[in-house]
Amino acid sequence: MLEICDLHVNVDGNEILKGIDLKISKGEVHAIMGPNGSGKSTLARAVAGHPDYEVTQGQVIYQGKNLLDMEAEVRAREGVFLAFQYPVEIPGVTNAYFLRAALNEWRANRSLEELDAADFLELLKEKMKLVGMDPAFGNRAVNAGFSGGEKKRNEILQMLVLEPKLAVLDETDSGLDIDALKTVASGVNHLRAPERSILIVTHYQRILNYITPDFVHVLVGGRIVKSGGKDLAFRLEEKGYDWVREPASAGEMES
Amino acid sequence: MKEARAFIDREYKYGFVTDVEADTAPRGLNEDIIRFISKKKNEPKFMLERRLNAYRRWLQMEEPRWQNVHYPPIDYQDIIYYSAPKPAKDGPKNLEDVDQEILKTYEKLGIPLDEQKRLAGVAVDAVFDSVSVATTFKETLAKAGVIFCPFSEAVEEHQDLVRKYLGSVVPYADNFYATLNSAVFSDGSFCYIPKGVRCPLELSTYFRINTADTGQFERTLIIADEGSYVSYLEGCTAPIRDKNQLHAAVVELIALKGAQIKYSTIQNWYAGDKNGKGGIYNFVTKRGKCVGDHSKISWTQVETGSAITWKYPSVILQGDHTIGEFYSVALTNHYQQADTGTKMIHIGKNTRSTVISKGIAAAHGRNTYRGLIRALPNAAHAKNYTQCDSLLLGDRCSANTFPYIEVKNKTASVEHEASTSKISEDQLFYCKQRGISAENAVSMIVNGFCKEVFKNLPMEFAVEATKLLGVSLEGSVG
Repeated sequence: MLEICDLHVNVDGNEILKGIDLKISKGEVHAIMGPNGSGKSTLARAVAGHPDYEVTQGQVIYQGKNLLDMEAEVRAREGVFLAFQYPVEIPGVTNAYFLRAALNEWRANRSLEELDAADFLELLKEKMKLVGMDPAFGNRAVNAGFSGGEKKRNEILQMLVLEPKLAVLDETDSGLDIDALKTVASGVNHLRAPERSILIVTHYQRILNYITPDFVHVLVGGRIVKSGGKDLAFRLEEKGYDWVREPASAGEMES
Repeated sequence: MKEARAFIDREYKYGFVTDVEADTAPRGLNEDIIRFISKKKNEPKFMLERRLNAYRRWLQMEEPRWQNVHYPPIDYQDIIYYSAPKPAKDGPKNLEDVDQEILKTYEKLGIPLDEQKRLAGVAVDAVFDSVSVATTFKETLAKAGVIFCPFSEAVEEHQDLVRKYLGSVVPYADNFYATLNSAVFSDGSFCYIPKGVRCPLELSTYFRINTADTGQFERTLIIADEGSYVSYLEGCTAPIRDKNQLHAAVVELIALKGAQIKYSTIQNWYAGDKNGKGGIYNFVTKRGKCVGDHSKISWTQVETGSAITWKYPSVILQGDHTIGEFYSVALTNHYQQADTGTKMIHIGKNTRSTVISKGIAAAHGRNTYRGLIRALPNAAHAKNYTQCDSLLLGDRCSANTFPYIEVKNKTASVEHEASTSKISEDQLFYCKQRGISAENAVSMIVNGFCKEVFKNLPMEFAVEATKLLGVSLEGSVG
């Protein structure tokens, strides 16, 4: 599904990612963990094609194609979805209108017919139930005046409607109370499928109690310093990031 | 905004020129030109007198300079003040007499004048340069007692109404451009809705400037008699030309007791090219007067064209319990400038006014809202609500708001809200990450921003306005 080789990314001229290698196969759930400032979100945004994140080296192959050659909207239509850490507000545009416009772009890309307003609302209602959102949110402007938790739920709702092939969740769990966290997790689990891959970027192990990853990677200082199974997350929780950080800095000194 | 380069600079769609033989006055302005226009129109003496008075007054007036727009001095002697497609001696009496080329022009503009092809429910008066070339659905309207005809025809056939109301809202000495218009206006639409009649059709005037170096000075007068209702639409286009052209119109609305007038404009005059060359100077005076108690006047405007727009559709709330409304979307892209807004003059008791203004500035666009809310001493319990929002695209454009409030009655209340926002790189990326192109994202956000105004437009116009904004915004971010 996704193969990242030696990825280097600059933000404002500073190198944040210093050579990432990561392979995600169909049906797998990967978690990227790491302390603040390690480059987790940079990885998520670079994969999504954010213009401020400049790839200086390496390649990213998505479903056999060079992802870095695609514009952000093309990546999206090809099935790459990013659940934002800080979803933006779009005043004046309703959630329902926005999401239908997006869905129809995805459908057009797969040569499917446009979904009309009535059929779409039916679909939207069904998906809103899954994340425990009041149908009234369909008529509210995108994220405008939403609480932090509502914004995150809204991201998951969009993900459920668009049914991406590769879902990247950028700290979706941060700032959520336990109920919201459970809802978000159940939304993600709902999407878990053999043909779909999920990449969870998180600071805390907490969300992994509800979404069991197949692989866990630890990102420190722009490099993946450790990879392992779900147990790795528990060990991190127990020992803290210093446990993995030390050998990393030692490694850096050697080179 | 490097991320939004997907935009293509599409050419102005209405920029073609129609090749018709025209009957044109020599360049420049003097009393002889005014006599020439008046004679062309077979006007009665009082009209000629009125024109000459206006002209003499105009000679003593100064061009206003207080507006927040910049342009080189206009040479008023280099303008052609009258141009009419031939044959126009008596004015075409029906469609068969209208030049085929002109009919084709309106077809191209999407305004077929052939009644068979018209969407039911809209009567059109088509004004080409200085004259009205066709008015549709006259018979249907006549049955209801509605008069809808070229202004010049009204001067001949409904002299009493013209004499009584012309200049009753915008006096001939009102301001520089209105006074110029009073001297040289050539045609426009006249409309009278009799007592208690709900006009069975939407009335619409379509203005087209064709001849080069011609100024268009139309005059519109709408009188809604007691208890009547009319909805009136106005559309405008012009060919692409390198030189600026002047459009100085005057519109007067009169609402008698219990009458309602809804006036909608979609202004899409040629805006000049992306470097600011050419385009129409749209210097217009529009004012309505709620003369009778419980009457209502509502202006809705979508201003996307013109190099410079200078207009303040206003309402004088003279009768008690009268209502004035102003809903506006003004878009300035490239080097366009707009200084627009409204004046709500509360004279009567329990008068109410609402002002919703949405300004959008892109590229080097300069967008100014200027509004006056005045409550006179007798305007007990007058109420105004003003909301003024600006949306910026890019960082070379500007938005300004100049609200003037004068309240002379203690029981009056005035509310003003304003906001400025910007389409951010983050918003565009968010949309793109969902598969929506930057171009569609911008038009979605802009349309969302304008929703409150668009919902006041008649259905057909609202669709048109949405499309027009999309086209006008192309090339706006990059």
